[in-house]
Amino acid sequence: MTSITDTPQNPLPFDARPRRTPGGRVIRWLRANLFASITSSIISVLLIALLAKAFVSLVQWGYWNAIWIVSGNQTGPCRSIRGLGACWAVIPEKYRFILFGTYPFNEQWRPALVCLTFVALFWVSSRRNWWRKELVLVWAAALVLIGILMWGGVFGLSYVSQDRWGGLPVTLILATFGLAFGFPLGIVVALGRRSKLPAIRSLCVLYVELIRGVPLISLLFMASVMFPLFLPDGVNIDKLLRAQIAFILYAGAYLAEVIRGGLQAIPRGQHDAADALGLTYWKKNGLIILPQAIRHVIPPLVNTFIAFFKDTSLVLIIGIFDLLTTAKTSIIDPAWQQFSVEVYVFVGLIYFVFCFAMSRYSRQLEAQSRPG
Amino acid sequence: MTTSTPELPRRRRMRLRLNRQQVNGLIWQIVVVAIAVAIVGWLWSNALHNLSVRRISTGFAFLGREAGMPIADSWLAYSPRDPYVRAFIVGIVNTLRVAVIGIVLATVLGTLIGIARLSSNWLLSRLAAVYVEVLRDVPLLLQLLFWYVLMQGLPAARAAWKPIEGVFLSNRGLVLPSIPIEEANLWVIAAAAAGLSALYLLRRQLVAWQMADGKARPLWPYALALLVGLPALVSFGLGASWTITFPELRGFNFVGGLTLAPEYFALLIALVTYTSAFIAEIVRSGIQAVPRGQWDAANALGLRRSFVLQRIVLPQALRVIIPPMTSQYLNLTKNSSLAVAVGYQDVVSIANTTLNQTGQAIEAIALIMAVFLTISLGISLFMNWYNARIALVER
Repeated sequence: MTSITDTPQNPLPFDARPRRTPGGRVIRWLRANLFASITSSIISVLLIALLAKAFVSLVQWGYWNAIWIVSGNQTGPCRSIRGLGACWAVIPEKYRFILFGTYPFNEQWRPALVCLTFVALFWVSSRRNWWRKELVLVWAAALVLIGILMWGGVFGLSYVSQDRWGGLPVTLILATFGLAFGFPLGIVVALGRRSKLPAIRSLCVLYVELIRGVPLISLLFMASVMFPLFLPDGVNIDKLLRAQIAFILYAGAYLAEVIRGGLQAIPRGQHDAADALGLTYWKKNGLIILPQAIRHVIPPLVNTFIAFFKDTSLVLIIGIFDLLTTAKTSIIDPAWQQFSVEVYVFVGLIYFVFCFAMSRYSRQLEAQSRPG
Repeated sequence: MTTSTPELPRRRRMRLRLNRQQVNGLIWQIVVVAIAVAIVGWLWSNALHNLSVRRISTGFAFLGREAGMPIADSWLAYSPRDPYVRAFIVGIVNTLRVAVIGIVLATVLGTLIGIARLSSNWLLSRLAAVYVEVLRDVPLLLQLLFWYVLMQGLPAARAAWKPIEGVFLSNRGLVLPSIPIEEANLWVIAAAAAGLSALYLLRRQLVAWQMADGKARPLWPYALALLVGLPALVSFGLGASWTITFPELRGFNFVGGLTLAPEYFALLIALVTYTSAFIAEIVRSGIQAVPRGQWDAANALGLRRSFVLQRIVLPQALRVIIPPMTSQYLNLTKNSSLAVAVGYQDVVSIANTTLNQTGQAIEAIALIMAVFLTISLGISLFMNWYNARIALVER
């Protein structure tokens, strides 16, 4: 210490300058963030030791001892290193099945293109300055294109029936169509729940509470087992479509609650002003109330989208070939049976990329919409 | 304003309301209800027709028939010869076993991680953030399958891992030392519970007395007498034995001790870790909702950080935390139905087997719904009661 003001014999009455800790920037950062106190230092040391150990064993398992490729179905070398190293060879061997299921092998460029279309569609819809009416047309066009690509049967594409679809496109279809139809349903139900008409209000409350009160898989069981009972003789709806309907009903109930939260945040004066202008109920809500309400709840809406995207994996239980089901099926093959961890890590990464992108986006929107 | 024509505007307003809004509203309601009734009626008549074609009788009479389904993991006595109603009760107990223990563990873990997320230690808070992101962005079912596969990859019972003496981890699940519960032990537990509730009432009385005359009275002698003395007395009186039995490996399996089946264990781990990530975020936002000034004021008083957190910040944060926490508890309970994917027999799995055996689809699904609606309602009621207790009472 060189400064005379630091000596205790002659303290200045007031010195608000923070004392500079000695050392370079790195040292100062370390002292502030890792070794600020004794407890903090102990935690840091323990965590660093733990992390180092975890990192070393992970690298050993996932990279150092791992086998990346085997020829044919010769998994002997993989089995000999079981527990010591990963067998990533299962991914190049099975990735086509995991991603596209039993879709005809030579036609798999079509579902691949469908996945790209979906990603492009999500990306376009996430640009805030592109949120206008034309976007609805883009959506309609994209969904038609997806239908053409998946089914085929026109423009020289061979027809592929629905029960051969599988993998990532099925997950994306279930999630996107569930939201695309669940969203308007949610809006109507949310409005109904806030309506002054008792019969309509109680119907909406009944619908939302019934759906939210039970596990999603009981709805899926219902769709797969009970739904055929409720239809007239001879009418047989495809299993995928039945699951899709269950998802739409499910998404509608959850989205309705989020939107209702937004509706509640609209001040009374907005309603009064719209009434004073003599607008009808639908015009008032469509032009004034709903746009504001939805803007209020965009972050929770995106969070609901994430939850919904993950929940589509539950169709595994009723045997629809979504991404998780194809992953689980791909390792039934006895040669590869023991390497499910590697496959689950691969599929987990795909889910993670989609959900993480959405959650980043939601975070960003939240930061933008925060006042000040 | 003249007082001569007060009736005219009132009558006109009445007629206006009746004409426009009320009549409109009435028509709307009648139309919507009629459509709803028509749809339900149509579906119902189809169902009745289909059921009669398939010769499936409706009603819950099947509950009395012999179930013939094996249930591997159950706390209640059960054999496949028991009726369906017994199988359902076992399933409900299994669901509650996952849900209640899962909620407790997830709350503890989630709170710790939420606090770690706010730690001034950079490494700790980063690690907590990574934990939250990874677990939140991967489907629960995938995580469940992952844990289950890992459980199956554990060594066989003979080569089980022994982290501590008496604890075994193998592909048979987790085996822990336990105390066998007999009738005398149950009476001791009842005595402890009675002591606890007596202590609660006593504490209120002591606080009331202190409020009246300002004299502090110690609670601990009573606590000692009621929580330790009373159960000990009952234990001696009835001769309850508290010997811990340690599991032993005999032949191919474990004898003694408490076994958590791999299915149950995997389900519990998946539910607890997944839900704790959400709870951590709720706890974090709750703590951040407490104004900065509270921390500063407590620091200025020279209070320790852990004390500030426990006594000043968390109680206030609870008001923000409780409502979203309730929905996480409900989610965990509903998510426990994923048990069917790993073959743990909860109520949904048993209802599903029943449905496949008897074809009683409507009744089985109705039972699932009734069970979950009841549990959800119970959790909501409890949490709302708790919320009302801790809510800020404003003057």
